[in-house]
Amino acid sequence: MSQKSVTFKGGIHPPHFKKMTENVPIERAEEPSLVIIPMQQHIGAPCEPIVKPGDKVKVGQKIGEAKAFVSAPIHSSIAGTVKKVAESNTPTGKAVCVFIESDGTNEVCESVQPKGDLENISKEEIISIIKEAGITGMGGAGFPTHVKLSPPPDKTIDYVVLNGAECEPYLTADHRLMLEHPEKVVFGLKVLMKAVGVTKGFIGIENNKPDAIETMNKAVSSESNIEVVVLQTKYPQGDEKRLINAATGRKVPNGGLPMDVGVVVNNVGTAAAICDVFKTGMPLIERIATITGSAIAKPRNLIIKVGTPFKDIINQCGGYKEEVGKIIMGGPMMGLAQFTDEIPTIKGTSGILVLDKEDATLPEPQACIRCGKCVNICPVNLQPLIISKLSLKGMYDEAEKFNATSCIECGSCSYICPSKRPLLQAIRVAKKEIIAKRRARG
Amino acid sequence: MEKLLIGSSSPHLRSNETIQSIMLDVLIALLPATIAGVYFFRFNAVKLIVLAIASAVATEYIIQKLTKKPVTIRDLSAVVTGLLLAFNIPASAPWWIPVIGSAFAIAIVKQAFGGLGHNFMNPALGARAMLLASWPVIMTNWVTPGPDAVSTATPLAIMKGAEATNEALPSLTNMFIGNIGGCIGETSAALLILGGLYLLYKKVINWRIPVVYIGTVAVLTFILDGGFTGMSYHLFAGGLMIGAFYMATDYASSPVTPKGQLIFAFGCGLLTSIIRLYGGYPEGVSYSILLMNVATPIIDKFTSPKVFGEVKRNG
Ligand code: SF4
Ligand code: SF4
Repeated sequence: MSQKSVTFKGGIHPPHFKKMTENVPIERAEEPSLVIIPMQQHIGAPCEPIVKPGDKVKVGQKIGEAKAFVSAPIHSSIAGTVKKVAESNTPTGKAVCVFIESDGTNEVCESVQPKGDLENISKEEIISIIKEAGITGMGGAGFPTHVKLSPPPDKTIDYVVLNGAECEPYLTADHRLMLEHPEKVVFGLKVLMKAVGVTKGFIGIENNKPDAIETMNKAVSSESNIEVVVLQTKYPQGDEKRLINAATGRKVPNGGLPMDVGVVVNNVGTAAAICDVFKTGMPLIERIATITGSAIAKPRNLIIKVGTPFKDIINQCGGYKEEVGKIIMGGPMMGLAQFTDEIPTIKGTSGILVLDKEDATLPEPQACIRCGKCVNICPVNLQPLIISKLSLKGMYDEAEKFNATSCIECGSCSYICPSKRPLLQAIRVAKKEIIAKRRARG
Repeated sequence: MEKLLIGSSSPHLRSNETIQSIMLDVLIALLPATIAGVYFFRFNAVKLIVLAIASAVATEYIIQKLTKKPVTIRDLSAVVTGLLLAFNIPASAPWWIPVIGSAFAIAIVKQAFGGLGHNFMNPALGARAMLLASWPVIMTNWVTPGPDAVSTATPLAIMKGAEATNEALPSLTNMFIGNIGGCIGETSAALLILGGLYLLYKKVINWRIPVVYIGTVAVLTFILDGGFTGMSYHLFAGGLMIGAFYMATDYASSPVTPKGQLIFAFGCGLLTSIIRLYGGYPEGVSYSILLMNVATPIIDKFTSPKVFGEVKRNG
């Protein structure tokens, strides 16, 4: 089948760095002896721990209750005893965590039951099953999935788009997932389509993964209402709004949400997790992540239980082969740099990227030469040179006029700048100030 | 981990492109035309090019030392300015012309306004305009290519009949390869285009300014000055190619917005055609670009790109 590659306007072509792991099959990480499970792993309200030290827990047992709508419950990834409930470092900052010591039995909680035939489950039930299973976006941002599936009644949804672009350099977890478990992705997509009552689903994949495109094409060959969309390899192709634009031609309004144009976007990993929930009943307690980078001895794609410390995982990848310059959760463009490796894996850990000193050292910024490249490539059509300049001068009201808050923080501008200016860093400051001011105004 | 790592803000990846690599690409692009200039105008060209570059770099170094700013001569931007200025003077000029010109370009046009990125006009063009105003005879004393270097008129001057001359127009082929009277670097259209294509390929410049600038001149001169032949002379004679590919694309003095670049380039083309066809002066490229340089901040201001998915401007 020949498929035309679609894309969006703007964007950059960073080196892929995917060779190290793209042909390495997914393996299971070793069973952790201790997990540290944060009660905040998603965007939204943190969970309340419902276990206390000394409690016995089983695999898949709920240990954190979501009290708000924009929140998702949290489950134990192992069987064992709760050691303590205390604040600890997590990849996204300090949070209350439940420390569980494994008893080695991996006994599964009674509540974990297959959900039966999809035919016999209603929309509402699907959404509540997804919510109860603690499913959150697995592409990185970690937005609770059931919220996306519950549009206000005045919005009609026409399409579900699955994001298999994996446009971040280095990461190959989604790529491997599509190659090894295409059926899970397709089943998850069908669940999602039923949940929002649509008859058309897309799976977007960048054309640097021809094997994944072929596999997914095969997997959907008997599904008349699911289409694989081949995307041009370009960063940030996997950004929601860029993806919708490429796949459906629709443009999400500035400041709007995908549902405003009748689209729901989910990551392929999220779809596979949803498949697991319906087939086995197991809530989201583990995920696939790519462990890679210049300082990792043996880069791998691993299934990791939530709560497993980074350090343990890195040891299973041969440990550090060079002095560590930087540890990043996620990819190099949008990932979060970490202060230590003593932090747990969370639902949104798509990768653990460890760079050596040389890769981690950023060049000294020079004066802006007004080359216009940042303007040319910004996928949102902003003028990063102007917004960052205004931000550095503290002129946040002016920055707001230049639409600073529309920045999707993709980092393309900082990447491309020949003067190596930390553009996004300055724009983030402006965004924060503007939003704080808006809140203050009420 | 005993020692805490540094948690810097994303992205954690930077492109390999630097100011220095960009300037090096410009120099590479200008190399064929430089060699042609040396071939056509012999030792005079070598002398003037070396002096212009040396003066530009020395001026930058001295000023940055005096003002206690970091010395940035290694970014090669002064070398580019010096070379471009040399391209814009006739091969018969005395040694002090490039020295004064480069010093002016760097000291006044570039550094006095805050250095690279802050110059509101192209330094080499600013210096050329100054030289032309101060020493008009020297700056228009064109010589024929080759060892004899007798005085001649430029093709555009012949076309215009601006100078009392009974010379015939050179053939289009000679003009295309650069075997004609003119400034050191502006004569060989073919090699300048070649270098321009290299810059486009390396993404140092984008297509908007050169294509729209040259296109505008092509259309206007085709209609207003003798159809295809007239148009060809206007395109390949004089400073259009060097102006469109290397001067008008100067980062600091041209707009950063895509729409602004289109307007800027159209303005350059329009002014160049008007000056050449109706003005009292056979060349028009330098002044057109300089005028549009001055308009750049305004153009940028009114051409802010429409934000992705923006429904109503500032709504
Ligand atoms: S301004 Fe924001 S959206 Fe635009 S390139 Fe920079 S980070 Fe991306
Ligand atoms: S990319 Fe960098 S140097 Fe170029 S205009 Fe933007 S901020 Fe200035």
